[in-house]
Amino acid sequence: MKKLIFFITFFIFLSNNYLLAVDKPTELENKIFKNLRCLICQGQSIYDSQSDFAESMKIVVRKNLSNGMSEKDIYQFMRKNYGEWVLYNPEINKGTYLLWGLPIILFIIGGAIIIRKLGVFKK
Amino acid sequence: MKNKIFVTISFVLFVFCFAVFYVGLQKPNTYTPKLDKQIELPNFEGNDFFSGEKVISDNILKKNSYYIINIWASWCIPCRAEHSFLMALNNKNFNLLGINYKDNIINAQSFLNELGNPYSEILSDKNGVTSIELGAYGVPETFIVNKEKKIIKKIIGPIDNKKFNEILELIK
Repeated sequence: MKKLIFFITFFIFLSNNYLLAVDKPTELENKIFKNLRCLICQGQSIYDSQSDFAESMKIVVRKNLSNGMSEKDIYQFMRKNYGEWVLYNPEINKGTYLLWGLPIILFIIGGAIIIRKLGVFKK
Repeated sequence: MKNKIFVTISFVLFVFCFAVFYVGLQKPNTYTPKLDKQIELPNFEGNDFFSGEKVISDNILKKNSYYIINIWASWCIPCRAEHSFLMALNNKNFNLLGINYKDNIINAQSFLNELGNPYSEILSDKNGVTSIELGAYGVPETFIVNKEKKIIKKIIGPIDNKKFNEILELIK
């Protein structure tokens, strides 16, 4: 009897583990999910969201990966369909110079102001 | 002198930041895509609504004709509202392709039986993949595709009187 209970528990454990393993997204999938914006949610990636849109997007990402598309190809595909806005990590191009450059410029100006205020170079 | 420059730069910076945030605040914070250039209709696939067979976009979209692609679902209330406009479009000179989005087939069929079927062809999109491949956001949504298979207009949300007239203007 004890043996039977042991085996039943063992198999339930195994099958549970197996089911969980099947649904678990891979590291690469998660990385892509985190970089794609859920366009109908506010401020969420498709990784964070469980909306219909995000769920469909995840299926498409998985489908494209299994069709042999690379991470970059998928971003390209999504950008073509939804525009630059869909990516959390947009590439540097004419439209995004300011986006990438402004924080650095502000940082330098801020630093200059602090240095000036502290009078580091006065001595 | 140096102090003057410093004050001027700070002032300009402040005005700049103020302007950026002020303009930013005026913008609606829900995202609506701009369609300022025509985009190529992406390839997509789905299952035929009635037979369930797999269909590829290249096989159903004939060249040299306008297409209106409408994404709909029986559970979508705004779709019900726009349906009469689609029925009115039906007689005009183009093909109307329906994409049934994440829907129960029986509900979808009774929706069409009740309100009429304006579509020349319907694809069933069970898991939303076809819509994503098309670059759609949800239901209802309508794309106007010209003879060169370019999307010339995207209507997000239900068709109303104004949008209906815009469509007629486009496909004249």
